[in-house]
Amino acid sequence: METIYTKFKSGLQRSKTLLVRNIQSVFGAAESWDKIDYEQLEEALIRTDLGVQVTRRIVEYIKEQYERGVIHTTSDIIECTKQLLYVFLSDDCETPVVYAESGPTVILMVGVNGSGKTTTTGKLANMWQQEGKSVLLAACDTFRAAAIEQLKIWGERTGCQVISGKYGADPASIAFDAVHAATARKSDILIIDTAGRQHTKKGLMDELAKIKRIIQKAISNAPHETWLVVDGSTGTNALQQAKMFQSSADINGLCITKLDGTSKGGVVVAIHDEFKLPIKFVGLGEKESDIQIFNAKVFCEALFSE
Amino acid sequence: MFENISDKLQDTFKNLTGRGKLTESNIEDAMRDVRLALLEADVNYKIVKEFVDEVKSECLGERVMKSITPGQQAIKIVNDHLVQLMGESNVALDLSAKPSIILMVGLQGGGKTTTTAKLAHHLQKEGKSILMVAADVYRPAAIDQLEFLGRDLNIPVYSNKGTSNVTGIATTALAAAHRDNVDVMLVDTAGRLQIDQDLIQELKNLKQHLNPAEILLIADTALGQEAVSVASHFNDALNLTGIVLTKMDSDAHGGAALSMRKVTGKPIKFVGVGEKTQDFEPFYPDRMASRILGMGDVVSLVEKAAETISEEEAKKLEQKMLKKKYDFNDFLSQLGQMKKLGGLGTILDMMPGGKKLKDAVNIDDNMLTHIEAILSSMTPYERNHPDVLKEMSRKKRIAKGSGRPVDDVQQLLKRFDMMKSMVSNHKKFPGMFGGGSGQYNSIKSSGQQSKTMSQKAKKAKRKKHKKKR
Repeated sequence: METIYTKFKSGLQRSKTLLVRNIQSVFGAAESWDKIDYEQLEEALIRTDLGVQVTRRIVEYIKEQYERGVIHTTSDIIECTKQLLYVFLSDDCETPVVYAESGPTVILMVGVNGSGKTTTTGKLANMWQQEGKSVLLAACDTFRAAAIEQLKIWGERTGCQVISGKYGADPASIAFDAVHAATARKSDILIIDTAGRQHTKKGLMDELAKIKRIIQKAISNAPHETWLVVDGSTGTNALQQAKMFQSSADINGLCITKLDGTSKGGVVVAIHDEFKLPIKFVGLGEKESDIQIFNAKVFCEALFSE
Repeated sequence: MFENISDKLQDTFKNLTGRGKLTESNIEDAMRDVRLALLEADVNYKIVKEFVDEVKSECLGERVMKSITPGQQAIKIVNDHLVQLMGESNVALDLSAKPSIILMVGLQGGGKTTTTAKLAHHLQKEGKSILMVAADVYRPAAIDQLEFLGRDLNIPVYSNKGTSNVTGIATTALAAAHRDNVDVMLVDTAGRLQIDQDLIQELKNLKQHLNPAEILLIADTALGQEAVSVASHFNDALNLTGIVLTKMDSDAHGGAALSMRKVTGKPIKFVGVGEKTQDFEPFYPDRMASRILGMGDVVSLVEKAAETISEEEAKKLEQKMLKKKYDFNDFLSQLGQMKKLGGLGTILDMMPGGKKLKDAVNIDDNMLTHIEAILSSMTPYERNHPDVLKEMSRKKRIAKGSGRPVDDVQQLLKRFDMMKSMVSNHKKFPGMFGGGSGQYNSIKSSGQQSKTMSQKAKKAKRKKHKKKR
């Protein structure tokens, strides 16, 4: 049977070995480590999209440890980096989904265009249905052509009902209806899929705030979870995305998608380090089952396994 | 979080002025900043290295070392190198065949389907007849999406939901294209990872069958270090003819563009700049260089202004101002124009140094909304005759109507008077409220673009923004 660990690992496999190989090639033969070596280590880390800030902190730490004679070998560096990344991440990065005490747990999915909101919504629905929970979906992307159809197909695949409206309709009103429907149908979970929006568009960001306000009119403490869906291949702009979505939509979690490619997803560490947002789920493929709960230990181990 | 390269360089060199000669280590420091800034802009680390080495050796030359403005010189060298890397000029599509086939490929979520419709619309405007082919048989509702877009644009779409044989779909579509005498056939394919052997093979087969004139890689501007792997894999497998950058309307610095261009040697042909079908433009390397450098993008701002504000309208307004007949109606319509341009924040972002100014004065677009609310609460008569607004009862009514305190109304009236007297003091006031269209006219009429805009004019523009608050 495929365990979570092996699956996560196989998804991330390509990236890890590369990082390890890079580090080994940098420090392998050298008698003593000099400036050039550190620059190369920096590059190896940058390649994983950890970002300049996190990378520099790691390199400085390793440099200091080496100069103090604490570490000597390549495997020391790998071990040291692994631990450091884990430190960056471990601060509340895994928090389980908190379900509402009564009534449906409302989850709002937000993010930039093409990050994978609808696919992640479908995968989550599938996962919770399998666990025996009843899930209702709300198609609040009334802007992009065929976005509603896309979610409806996921509804059919996973056996979830989908609340939808017309194209061009106010997404907040659909969200409102969906919350009422979820309460009436005694659904355990309601996942609201919203339209992709660039974080730089003020009008669209305000729309998100409105959706949240309207949902609160139906259930005062909803949405219980607001998750930003981030494409794992995004570079430093992911930080900007997190910042803007946090200020407009008050996000309280992240879903990282498309980590089955060669993308290292290092941006996860950078975002968490800066905004202390927990990472809820990781998307690892196109099938409905290709989703995993984020686990920092597994992530760090997987990043360095050979 | 992010300090742009041009500011960084300016700062680095500012500390050095007045010290006489620059030393090699001064340059070395500056290059370290360039390196970090490029890495933060997501330029691939390997390319950064080459780039910095080249720029450094040039900076060590006489021109910079002996210049009184080494900062400016260094920025110019960095900028020139960026433009050169980006490709000197825009490269058009090769549409000589009939039908010319364009294959759209890329990762999931990059914007292929949207871009297919945008490109189709763009070519349609050039008078080409077009057929779009829905060959994404994997993502749920991808075919529906292209069909919807085709219906909106009145462009035919070939699809066949009954099969997942992509080559089959394409072959039938090609026959239809020949039959209908279509000029360009656009093939929208499914998103795929560059390392997915089976799906890449599918594209190879498609290429063999169709012999496309263009194979375009559709890539997100916000891509990170992976951009190089993505672009090189797709290029190795398919020999791309160009790249389309999508989601350029975000604030990503777009270093990925540089990486992809450099690693494939293939030109970036178009950029997607918004969600609507018309939000699509040819790619201009010099503008991208400015963006990565963080030098602002005045050309785009001027173009954007030209799109939203008609020249006639602007002239009329300027005449009115000169004749001291400027009233609240004009003020209101100008506010509307600014909003169309994306609000103060967006405008400042596009101006050189605008980012800094924005941080310094904490620009808030709500301010505009408040002003608009106040203006909208006036009667048409009041807007035409601002003088009657001296009556307190009117002020109170307007404050109530707009939900703003009376103080705000007072302040607005005061500022409006100030502006008017300012205008009458100047025989020829170069720009109006916020300095938008007046300057735009002068730029446009002289046929010149931003580069000729003197530092002075820019400063004046900034000042005006400040004053407005």
